[in-house]
Amino acid sequence: MMAVGGPAADRPGGAGPGSADGPGGGAGPGGADGAAGSAVLAVRDLRVAFRTRRGLAHVVNGISYDVPPGRTLAIVGESGSGKSVGILALLGLLPATTQVWGSATFDGAELVGRSEDKLRQVRGAGIGMVFQDPMTSLNPVLTVGRQVVEAIRAHQSVPKAAARSRAAELLAEVGIPDPASRLDAYPHELSGGMRQRVMIAVALAGEPRVLIADEATTALDVTVQAQILELIRRLQDERGMGVVWITHDLGVVAGIADHVLVMYAGRTVEEGSAAEMFGAPVHPYTRGLLGAMPVVDDPRTARERDPLLTIPGLPPDPVALPAGCAFFPRCPIRADERCAHEVPPLTPVAGGRRHWAATFYSPEGA
Amino acid sequence: MNDETRGGGPTGAAGPTQPGATDRLGATDRLDVVGDKHRPRWQETLLLLARNPMAVAASLVLLLLVLVGVLGEWLAPYGYNEQFVGGQLESPSTDHWFGTDEFGRDVFSRVLMGAEVSLRVGAVAVGISLVAGVLIGLFAGYFGRWLDDALMRFMDMLFAFPALLMAIAVLAILGRGENNAMIAIGIVYTPIFARVTRASVLSVREEVFIRASRASGAGSLRIIFRHVLPNAAPPIIVQTTISLAFAILSEAALSFVGLGTQPPNPSWGLMLSEGRGFVEHAWWMALFPGLAIFFVVLAFNVLGDALRDVLDPRQRSVLTGKGAGR
Repeated sequence: MMAVGGPAADRPGGAGPGSADGPGGGAGPGGADGAAGSAVLAVRDLRVAFRTRRGLAHVVNGISYDVPPGRTLAIVGESGSGKSVGILALLGLLPATTQVWGSATFDGAELVGRSEDKLRQVRGAGIGMVFQDPMTSLNPVLTVGRQVVEAIRAHQSVPKAAARSRAAELLAEVGIPDPASRLDAYPHELSGGMRQRVMIAVALAGEPRVLIADEATTALDVTVQAQILELIRRLQDERGMGVVWITHDLGVVAGIADHVLVMYAGRTVEEGSAAEMFGAPVHPYTRGLLGAMPVVDDPRTARERDPLLTIPGLPPDPVALPAGCAFFPRCPIRADERCAHEVPPLTPVAGGRRHWAATFYSPEGA
Repeated sequence: MNDETRGGGPTGAAGPTQPGATDRLGATDRLDVVGDKHRPRWQETLLLLARNPMAVAASLVLLLLVLVGVLGEWLAPYGYNEQFVGGQLESPSTDHWFGTDEFGRDVFSRVLMGAEVSLRVGAVAVGISLVAGVLIGLFAGYFGRWLDDALMRFMDMLFAFPALLMAIAVLAILGRGENNAMIAIGIVYTPIFARVTRASVLSVREEVFIRASRASGAGSLRIIFRHVLPNAAPPIIVQTTISLAFAILSEAALSFVGLGTQPPNPSWGLMLSEGRGFVEHAWWMALFPGLAIFFVVLAFNVLGDALRDVLDPRQRSVLTGKGAGR
């Protein structure tokens, strides 16, 4: 198969037409623990645009990150921030009307611009994916077993019987009781949490080195969420997989992420180690997001606390991004006059060890 | 690959909405096995169908047709070409239940044996259009873009002609006869299957599980036949049933105008055509083959309607009494 290791930091030039502005990968703070050379998946200045009737929609405008084995990167953002698109683009899972620039290397091999056939070798076997809604991400007319078997046989030529017993092992590994008989169950016979476990088994079938969880717990209720989070953490430990969590739920991120990347309008607005990001958020958007998190405690005292904060307004139109900071129209601070017409570069935060923010604003006492 | 694609088969899938889904919010994270264990959808479909008396009646008629089609030669009291000299144009009697025709042939026997022709023409013609149309629809719908345009514009071209005119034109090229009639009817009904399939594929293609199986490294062909086709199948199944009725009707029409089955072979359309000249003197010559066509076409249509009800996911959740997925 592919060579293990290899320098991931080589950045091919010609990262597409300089369509958008942006800080680009140059500012690249790097990945989950800085050592870019050890990353399984390294993304540099990735840009994605969709052709639409109204013109090019710039959905991802230059994001860079590394995913080292065994570590967890969380990509946080609201709907439409480009967080999922950025991942789907790597695997060639977007419609043909999509344009992708930049670089993404998996095990040192470039993914952007690869042929469909070559990408297929990476899908499942190199990078596994778990999707948001387990209700719709399993084929309703096939038994669970067949779907896992199919995922196994997509990359390995295993006889059917062997694949079936391997499928039962996988179901056991993801915590499904009585796996051998569950192989013959149809998805509609399982609960949401069980289905998501099956999806995880499907994603693991190709023995991926990176697991991408795209809002994988969003559609589940809270107790099940916790179980799925724990399951993925356990599998990560056992297999040494790199994990990318794509989510809008900061509560999820806080518990599991080593490194957090906050996206807004297709750009990284802030990133850093989970501790530093949550301890001292710098970007007004991140601060807004943290303020918008509900805190559940004694309902009798809840009334006395501040009401739940929201960030007024909507994300900008990707066809017509603002000239300056994309968050400027909604920004409650607008600290600097450059905000309106200049995109703030991603720069190290003063006093931070592994913490970067794309803002001209620096909070007092930071 | 082929055996696997067949394995996917038209299992009577009921679209993406899942009738048996439990209430997610109420469910703790354990297995909730709903209803009977592991009953595939096609079994559930058959059970639902069995609850509809009209569908059961239609199925019985069609079963009878198949039996008669297969066993007609043994069931018929006389040979289809056996002539009773001096017994021409006899009205129905205990000897000749449906009377005799102008050559003294037993109409009952000929109607029984005509079933085989109708059945064969229906099955082969629809088989041709089903395979061709579904393949065209699958590829056009799944791959889209130029392939879609090329294939579907070609289908539109075929579709633009009135069905019978088109069949006659094809027969003018191929020459008359039963086999060519089957091919002609098959060609004429291909665009319908292509359209129905494509429309269904377009919605299934966007399902998350298609993206999920791409993400797990499945190839296009596998996705098309294993994932898209079974989920796109319900409208195709309904269309097949209804097309069988139309194909039988078309065969009758082509034989009626003399391009299909050739005399002296028994075909309902041909018998109708021959009986036309004697309607005033021997109504039975035209009535009984006409009734045969009527009942068979009606049965296919009723079955098609019932199947549509059962296969429609929204209707289905009402019928099963289980809440819809969400």
